[in-house]
Amino acid sequence: MHELSLCQGLITQVQEIAAQHQARAVDCIHLQIGPLSGVVPELLQSAFSVARLHSIAEDASLIIDTCPVRVQCRQCGAQTDTTPNHLVCGSCGDWRTQLLSGDELLLLRVVLNTEQ
Amino acid sequence: MCDTCGCNITPGNRHLLDAPAHGTAIDVLQGLLSANDRAAEHNRTHLNQHRVLAINLMSAPGAGKTSLLEATIDLLQAEFRIGVIEGDLETENDARRIRAKGVPAIQISTGSACHLDAHMVHHALHQLPLAKLDVVFIENVGNLVCPASFDLGHHRNVTLLSVTEGDDKPAKYPVMFRGTDMLLISKIDLLPVFDDFNPQQVQQHMRHLANNAPIMQIAVRHGAQIDPWLHWLREEYRQFQEGLIHGNSPRPRMQNTAATSPAEATPRYRQVSTHTALLPP
Repeated sequence: MHELSLCQGLITQVQEIAAQHQARAVDCIHLQIGPLSGVVPELLQSAFSVARLHSIAEDASLIIDTCPVRVQCRQCGAQTDTTPNHLVCGSCGDWRTQLLSGDELLLLRVVLNTEQ
Repeated sequence: MCDTCGCNITPGNRHLLDAPAHGTAIDVLQGLLSANDRAAEHNRTHLNQHRVLAINLMSAPGAGKTSLLEATIDLLQAEFRIGVIEGDLETENDARRIRAKGVPAIQISTGSACHLDAHMVHHALHQLPLAKLDVVFIENVGNLVCPASFDLGHHRNVTLLSVTEGDDKPAKYPVMFRGTDMLLISKIDLLPVFDDFNPQQVQQHMRHLANNAPIMQIAVRHGAQIDPWLHWLREEYRQFQEGLIHGNSPRPRMQNTAATSPAEATPRYRQVSTHTALLPP
């Protein structure tokens, strides 16, 4: 449910960037969402279709990249891909791991139409 | 998350920096919650200035957050000056229950919002007499999903899991339970009835989230069994006050650790400052 409020914040963020660059419109918004971010990409897409209305990003496309859940073992040092609720080392099985990727919630890039 | 030094570039996203783009592409690399995170930092500074420890209480609806607060107030009111912020979609019921104990309580009615955010908490903090308080409990909206994503500017995340919910909740809601600093298994007096609930299993699921947070069993009806929780609170408060002397304050275990923790084996690839890094045409 918080995808809509997240999208409204995103539009505000994008509007500020567009204003700084005197853009006429926003063509594309590129996000990265990890499975452990608590945000569902499909719901974010639906929320975006509502949030973008009557904004400078009204015709923008939203690209969402996901990334693997990857941990590094603090014991044996191995880096392995895993699932969101099983953050144990894929090599030695120890639970003392550090998350390397998988909880990203990032605005990576916007593509602006700056033609005068 | 730091949005300025490029530390949020992880092995999962660095390839995107080299992707070709059309139009005027602006690298941003800013957290989607950066406005909330800024407000949260402001709240934390405000709380630290008043030397007030803030605890974010989260759980599914009905796990016993308000009952725990009532019992805690009864047993700790002589030691600590307590204030409460209550988050619910509707009604002042919970704030009324807390005020009946003689403790200031601010009710945030979120309407349809499923979580508290740092801005809502900011307004509530300004209505509390912080100069006359030691500990503020923020009772989040009953929900195991959305509250986990929002830093409120508090110091610790405490999550309740009642035995009636089942012992596999941490596996079902990894985002919430990965960010837990302290897990309270509540309604433990119902264990004889719900005998398929295995506290050991809860611990196993928590370890699978690489979380070694303490897990305690509590009950608040018919004579509160919450001594370990009170002990933890006293210790947290003591450490909080001690840390302030040295200019430190605790931070809740939060998400986005992949982007913030010092990843020994992950070199930082490129510095990208907010809004300004233009890609070559």
